[in-house]
Amino acid sequence: MTTKALPSTRIPLPRWTKNLRAKEAIAGYIFLSPWLLGIILFIVGPMMTSGFLSFTRYDIVNPPEFVGLKNFIEIFTKDRLFWPSMMLTFRYALIVVPFSLIGALAAAMLLNQALLGTTWFRTFFFLPHLTPIVAAAVLWGWIFNADVGPINHWIRTITGSDNAPGWFRDPDWAMTGLIIMAMWGAIGGNTMLIFLAGLQGVPQELYDAAVVDGAGIWAKFRNVTLPMLTPTIFFNMVLGIIGALRVFAAAYVATQGGPAYSTWFYALHIYTRAFQYFEMGYASALAWIFFFVLFVFTYVQFRQSRRWVYYAGEVD
Amino acid sequence: MAGEVITRNRKQAGGGFIPVGAFQSASFQRAFGRGILYLIAVSSSAVFMFPFVWTVLSSLKRGGELFRFPPTWLPEIPQFHNYPDVFDIVPWAMWTWNSTFVAVVSTFGAVLTAALVGYSFARFRYPARDVLFILTLSTMMLPVEVTLIPLYLMFAKIGWLDSYRPLIVPSFFGGSAFLIFLMRQFFMSIPIDLDEAARIDGANYLRIFWQILMPLSIPVTATAAVLTFMAQWNEFLQPFIFLNTKSKYTLAIGIRYFQAVSGFADDSEPKYHLLMAASVMMTAPIIALFFLAQRYLVQGIVMSGIKG
Repeated sequence: MTTKALPSTRIPLPRWTKNLRAKEAIAGYIFLSPWLLGIILFIVGPMMTSGFLSFTRYDIVNPPEFVGLKNFIEIFTKDRLFWPSMMLTFRYALIVVPFSLIGALAAAMLLNQALLGTTWFRTFFFLPHLTPIVAAAVLWGWIFNADVGPINHWIRTITGSDNAPGWFRDPDWAMTGLIIMAMWGAIGGNTMLIFLAGLQGVPQELYDAAVVDGAGIWAKFRNVTLPMLTPTIFFNMVLGIIGALRVFAAAYVATQGGPAYSTWFYALHIYTRAFQYFEMGYASALAWIFFFVLFVFTYVQFRQSRRWVYYAGEVD
Repeated sequence: MAGEVITRNRKQAGGGFIPVGAFQSASFQRAFGRGILYLIAVSSSAVFMFPFVWTVLSSLKRGGELFRFPPTWLPEIPQFHNYPDVFDIVPWAMWTWNSTFVAVVSTFGAVLTAALVGYSFARFRYPARDVLFILTLSTMMLPVEVTLIPLYLMFAKIGWLDSYRPLIVPSFFGGSAFLIFLMRQFFMSIPIDLDEAARIDGANYLRIFWQILMPLSIPVTATAAVLTFMAQWNEFLQPFIFLNTKSKYTLAIGIRYFQAVSGFADDSEPKYHLLMAASVMMTAPIIALFFLAQRYLVQGIVMSGIKG
């Protein structure tokens, strides 16, 4: 079947330009081809596979057995860890993300002040981000150690009583410990770098104009820096939330999800079902629920962003 | 007396017109403000560095000294042999080589192919381009967990488990959406006249990419490479799932040996002092890399105009 090109409303172009266009399109697709193939092989293909597996029981050894919605029903009705892990993962993200965004922005603004030795400060701030996760977990395991750790040592010295939190061994405190540990790593990391880049992209004229209008430090921040940075804040926020909801390594190494499942994050739940119990079908169903929730959450953020994100290049 | 103070103040301010009250003067307030900024910078550096300093000091302690109470800072007698000890107990040199190999090869693949794909998005017109670009951006929001299980099954089927191929090969398919975005944004900022001039001179697309655009994109390419390298060097989840044999481990998972994790270490006694020494050795190269590259990192991100 041949399809005729739709009649164009534009002035018809000579034939040779059409050839050029076709050539350009072909070349464009050739350069794009690694990624197109990559999306199919490593993203779309696997997603469809896991979508299919979520309706099966599959233990790798035996072929997948179709079970309909059984996995999903089991997750929502029988899985005692599903809701708690989902809730505590969100709680974690909703605390870590705002604080680390504020912290990273403050750090970036500080490093943007042309202080002497900024090179060094920047490296110091970035150090936590470069620390291997296993070492960080051991480090914080010691810092928060209930008996001999420095934090409790200080708490006992300052308050003069023996009542100090048990941190990683206390179900009520383990999460707080992980949150502090995550913020230590997140404030000076890539988020800060992207904020720094954003700050350097704010045109100096705007500050000059604000000063002429009599703006002080706070007014400049509130009326120039913050609005100009909203796209960067949004970018960091979306990626930060996704990163925080996916938290795995820190919890796996530092607390193994305990004590009493108080740090049993959702990713840990998927991992355990998939790679320790080898319930690949069940774990795929968990992963798809996660994907769906994240998708809705991200979509809502994009919808909301129209109200508060200002793109300087955009024509209203 | 009072006159002297005033003149001194004037001198300090470089002969400017300064009011009598020295503490209200603009230059004093400025200096005071700077002082506070330095104070904040130094004290927060201390907070961020504290665990690292402790790591370095602990790496020179004896095993029992680490968890002493009350905590001590300095090692009693610096145990420099902790560092060679790491090499005796685990195949640390091997792991370092593994990490270097995986990080270098996958960074190379990711940056090269991300540049090609970014070039395609930035410079060519073809059907469905914008849809594909939005699709690309949306993959940034995809949690790996969704694809990890099928990828594991796929790699198991083709016999790639316990090899570096699952860690390296996917990088050669465009790297990541973030890198593609970074490269595309930068290419968009290069005037297209350059491409056109080269085309008139008879250069083909590949040549324009390689001889016109890439040489102009060194800062952003360096940014992409450094960020990818650092992420790969510390990557935990993927090597953890795809590698099984001890000698094939990368540093990020091999370092767990000293935690005496059951089923991994032969010894049930954790060796935290050696873990700290290993951590210092693992972190030092990327700290150096960051220190040297940081100026370009920020510049590279600024130039690419990431705005989300």
